[in-house]
Amino acid sequence: MLKIENLHAEIGGNEIIKGLSLEVGRGEIHAIMGPNGSGKSTLSNVLMGHPRYEVTEGSVTFEGQDVLELEPDERAKLGMFLAFQYPSEVPGVSVANFMRTAVNSVREEELPPMEMYKLLQEKMRVMRMDPKFAERYLNEGFSGGEKKRNEILQMLMLEPKLAIMDETDSGLDIDALQVVARGVNEMRGPEFSAVLITHYQRILRYIEPDRVHVMLDGQLVTSGGKELAEELEDKGYDWVRQEFGSVA
Amino acid sequence: MPEDKTIQELGLEEYKYGFRDPEEYFFKTPRKGIDPEIVAMISKHKNEPEWMLEFRLNALESFLEKPTPQWGGDLNELNYDDIYYYIRPMENQGRSWEDVPDDIKNTFDKLGIPQAERDILAGVGAQYESEVVYHSLKEEWEKAGVVFLDMDGGLREHEDLVREHFGTIIPPDDNKFAALNSAVWSGGSFVYVPPGVHIDIPLQAYFRINAENMGQFERTLIIADEGSYVHYIEGCTAPTYTTNSLHSAVVELIAKPNARIRYSTIQNWSHNTYNLVTKRAVAHENATVEWVDGNLGSKLTMKYPAVYLVGEGARGEVLSVAYAGYGQHQDAGGKIVHAAPNTSSLITSKSISKGTGRSTYRGLLKVHEGAESARSRVECDALLLDENARTDTYPYIEIEEKKVSTEHEATVSKVGEDQLFYLMSRGLSEEEAMAMVVNGFIEPIAKELPLEYAIELNRLIQLEMEGSVG
Repeated sequence: MLKIENLHAEIGGNEIIKGLSLEVGRGEIHAIMGPNGSGKSTLSNVLMGHPRYEVTEGSVTFEGQDVLELEPDERAKLGMFLAFQYPSEVPGVSVANFMRTAVNSVREEELPPMEMYKLLQEKMRVMRMDPKFAERYLNEGFSGGEKKRNEILQMLMLEPKLAIMDETDSGLDIDALQVVARGVNEMRGPEFSAVLITHYQRILRYIEPDRVHVMLDGQLVTSGGKELAEELEDKGYDWVRQEFGSVA
Repeated sequence: MPEDKTIQELGLEEYKYGFRDPEEYFFKTPRKGIDPEIVAMISKHKNEPEWMLEFRLNALESFLEKPTPQWGGDLNELNYDDIYYYIRPMENQGRSWEDVPDDIKNTFDKLGIPQAERDILAGVGAQYESEVVYHSLKEEWEKAGVVFLDMDGGLREHEDLVREHFGTIIPPDDNKFAALNSAVWSGGSFVYVPPGVHIDIPLQAYFRINAENMGQFERTLIIADEGSYVHYIEGCTAPTYTTNSLHSAVVELIAKPNARIRYSTIQNWSHNTYNLVTKRAVAHENATVEWVDGNLGSKLTMKYPAVYLVGEGARGEVLSVAYAGYGQHQDAGGKIVHAAPNTSSLITSKSISKGTGRSTYRGLLKVHEGAESARSRVECDALLLDENARTDTYPYIEIEEKKVSTEHEATVSKVGEDQLFYLMSRGLSEEEAMAMVVNGFIEPIAKELPLEYAIELNRLIQLEMEGSVG
């Protein structure tokens, strides 16, 4: 579904992604683990098309289509979704209003208001969120946990084919983590793929990955099954650096 | 006849062009510019009492004496001699739908304005078909003793009441444009609400729309008697096409003890007009006056709705939204004067600038000595939509009393790249994302408007941002 080939990307003249390649098949959940500064967030931003980053080499195709030339909204309409590490605040716009606009943007046919309302209520229940939450202004005054849950709520509403989750687990307590995992597992199926970008192994206990990759200095240095995550937890990133080095 | 006598006094014993009937002459050869003859014609045409003619002529003197203010927007290109102050030439009156610019027509389409309204708004002069709706509401109001007439009618049918209050809140020599309006005013509304009467449905000026009411020099006077409530809505959101280059209205509001007046406006004049308005209210004991002021159109707007809190416990609020697009300057804000104890006020200003647009907040907060325990809050927020947009803030604060509490907050923000990216990543195009941010920015004010106005306000700003209007 997603094919990244020899991707190089930079910001402000600094190269952050240094030749990254990855293939994510339909229905697969991949985890990318890496220490701070490895370029994880840059990768997720580049995949979704953040204007500040420049791709200098390589390609990214989604369902066979080259996406690097596409605007973020065009990528969203194709079925890509990014759960942000630091979601932006939009004062004065309620969660409900925002959801309605976003959902209708990615659907072929607009959902009638009653259906939309029911869908939102249902998904909020899955995420164990108080219905009043829908009236609050988007991300304004939200705690870290609320922001992350809201990202997953959006994912459930928008039903993307590929979800890139940028450190969604950071700053979450066990309960919130389990709820988030529930949301992702709800989406699991042959038509849904995900790339979980994370620092810690913890979330992978609740969302079982099909493949685990380790990212160092802008590249994927090694891959394996879920045992790799456990090994990493035991031995730390220094071990990876020693074993596999960075091919910069 | 009194009118002839006055004309004599003005030294116009003979009609210059040989017409016998001055009115006939006047209508056949209307001319630009302003002078006592024109003012006298206006008054005579309306059959006004002598005192109103005098009022007009004195105001004219004031207008001619006063210099053009230099402290606000740029008025130096405004040519007073190049304006029709009353009757327009026949060619203009015969304007048809075909003559209306395409972009205005397109906006009407996008806003879904019915054809009948379009004619009115385009100044084509057809009668508004919803007169039926208006008439049934009118019956209810009349039963309650409410008076809602155009200003000419108010003067005719309630002369004493009008005379008592007209020009008392805004004296003609208050400023040059109030003087001008006082000399040549025509159209506008006269509203009187009897004690204790609460009018649930907003009174809307456009119910009575006809070509004259869309005039350049509207004069409105609203008197809410003790314990009454009225919400008056002026104008409407659709762009108003006009060849007039100057609009100078005066609005006077009087809220007697325990009364409440809310006055809402969304102004969207075409981008060739100067919109210079004086709006002022007086709030007596425990009375409340709220101005909800939306400024989207015009080349230059200078407007500072004011509330003078003269009775103990009175409250004044000004909620102002301004959008300045390419080539526009919105110089707006509010004035609150605390002249009694235990009074409170709130000014909330939200301004948006795009392209070469310039939005200025200009506000006055004045607390007189003796206005103990006055509480005031001013919040002015500006949003810049791109690199060249400009915003300025000129708050004037004059506090002459120690035991008061005042707060002032000002913010300036841009639409962040990250914010846009976040919204676009959910499938919104760049325009839709910008519109959503702007929508959220004005939400605290939009939610004070009746729903259909809030919706239109948002849609209109969206269209302005897309560059398809004006």
